[in-house]
Amino acid sequence: MSAEVQARPGTFDCRVAFAEELCALARADPRILAVCNDSVGSSNLGGFATEFPDRLVNVGIAEQDMVGVAAGLANGGYVPFVCAAAPFLTARGLEQIKNDLAYSHYHAVLCGMSPGMGYGELGPTHHSIEDLTWLRAIDELAVVVPADPDETRAAVRWAAAADGPVFLRISRLKVPAVTPAGAPFVGGKATELRAGRDVTIAAHGVVLHRALEAAELLATRGIQARVLNLSSVKPLDVDAILRAAEETGRIVTVEESVVSGLGGAVAEVVCQRRPVPMRLLGVPHFAPTGDERFLLDHFGLDPKGIAAAALELAG
Amino acid sequence: MQGAEVQSTGRDEPVLPLRAAAERNERAAEVAAADPARRPELLARLAADVRASVVRTIGAARFGHVGGDLSVTDILTTLFFGVLRVRPAEPTWPDRDRLVLSKGHCAVSLYSVLALAGFFPREALETFVRPLSPLNGHPNRRKVPGVEANTGALGHGLPFGVGCAVAARLAGSQRRVFVVLGDGELQEGSNWEAAMTAGHRRLGNLTAVVDRNGLQQGARTEATNRLEPLADKWRAFGWEAVEVDGHDHQALLEVFTRPPGERPRCVVARTVKGRGVSFMEDRVEYHHKVPTPEQVRQALAELGR
Repeated sequence: MSAEVQARPGTFDCRVAFAEELCALARADPRILAVCNDSVGSSNLGGFATEFPDRLVNVGIAEQDMVGVAAGLANGGYVPFVCAAAPFLTARGLEQIKNDLAYSHYHAVLCGMSPGMGYGELGPTHHSIEDLTWLRAIDELAVVVPADPDETRAAVRWAAAADGPVFLRISRLKVPAVTPAGAPFVGGKATELRAGRDVTIAAHGVVLHRALEAAELLATRGIQARVLNLSSVKPLDVDAILRAAEETGRIVTVEESVVSGLGGAVAEVVCQRRPVPMRLLGVPHFAPTGDERFLLDHFGLDPKGIAAAALELAG
Repeated sequence: MQGAEVQSTGRDEPVLPLRAAAERNERAAEVAAADPARRPELLARLAADVRASVVRTIGAARFGHVGGDLSVTDILTTLFFGVLRVRPAEPTWPDRDRLVLSKGHCAVSLYSVLALAGFFPREALETFVRPLSPLNGHPNRRKVPGVEANTGALGHGLPFGVGCAVAARLAGSQRRVFVVLGDGELQEGSNWEAAMTAGHRRLGNLTAVVDRNGLQQGARTEATNRLEPLADKWRAFGWEAVEVDGHDHQALLEVFTRPPGERPRCVVARTVKGRGVSFMEDRVEYHHKVPTPEQVRQALAELGR
């Protein structure tokens, strides 16, 4: 990550908010556990480990074991937060996520740390651009992508109380606060961050503020873009998507993922219920070398790129 | 604290209801009350009932994994009627011992034992794999009382059981965890991840039971991807390993009721696939070959039914 990004004032690492909220929950609820794969540091669990050493289950570098162990802990009445780098948690543990958690319906919270291209220069082995696509195909599993620290905290609280397994993407790229402070997170509910009737930009996670900046650029061209926060990829707010299609007539989706994640989910609704022109923006292929911010820009997931896609539809 | 109730699958899907058939496991109570010297004999009689149920159920459904069902029968019978502290009428009792059938394809043996133990009526076995039956080809914990995990994909039971054992320890509970594994499934690496974790954590409340029948779907384990020296592998992972005759109820009872030690325990139970039916014994094709009606009659006759 570049020094320029780290130095930018007013930006936040969602892992910090995540870890603080997890500790707060654990203080109030003895059922809360953390499970990890030698990822205490990368998951920012140092504080949890110090405060609750007996409630941290570190299985070492063994993701299938990690997810299966979490299901067994849930069987005993605990609420495990499984914290691991997103690529390994989701790819290595996929069958355990499907069978041990989703199909067996055990409540655990899968926290995919540093998802998308969060590991930047470490390259595609460490990128997790497929997770949303894989996981949204799994029945019974909720898939949530918070955008900033406040939404991360709210999503963690919601996930802790959910009935069934939840996947949370917890990003490391520093982001500005974009969601209303103190707003609750509700699974299956989209929120409108900017009103507009010319085009809808649906985004979430670390690219949401870029979508808002794109809307500013579009406004200078006289185009009023609605910006929807679709942090809840599954369940999906079908009504909000249908309203967007009806009222704005065009939809751009933006995600730090292959476009069969959020884009695919929205398109499945739109093409069947209210067909309108769409552009699906995401990560098109294994990334070249670069830090996360560079790579997002490189793939057109910057305000200019997003605005250009919206202009294609609405211009 | 126990998650979703059985039969509440959270969707509008018709499921035949399975309600507990008994307040308590009468047969287990009978075994417990018997003179210790007579217990193996009682277990042998129950195992014969289970074998007959397996053959009848698979014969009627024209579907199932009869060979493994018959090799694991004595293990499951001994556990459910001689070892486990469980309550048929309260299947999610928090302090129950946990039994995880990792080799989920041998569901008919498990279903037969659960029905005999009173977790649901024995007549329900007639619905096995019929459309919308709760008794799928692999067990589903939300539809079948007494099932802890939806197994079937191999290599899932042991990590799950490690989690159960860690949970018991965190809760300060004396409950025990038994995971019944196929031998072929030990080729899945996830087992060895879990074996390391259990050894490292010295989970003395965990017992892995390997149904060591020597055959997997396509051939002998040793001709496919060698497992031996199997007991030594477990020892190397920090486990106590014991080898027993997996059809000897006395031996199984003795090893399963030993007090928990300082290490997790692996019981390598030497078994015969298709045990009890002459033409199925140690035959690779009976992994999932279904006997003809005439063969069912012959098998039942051999089992004294």
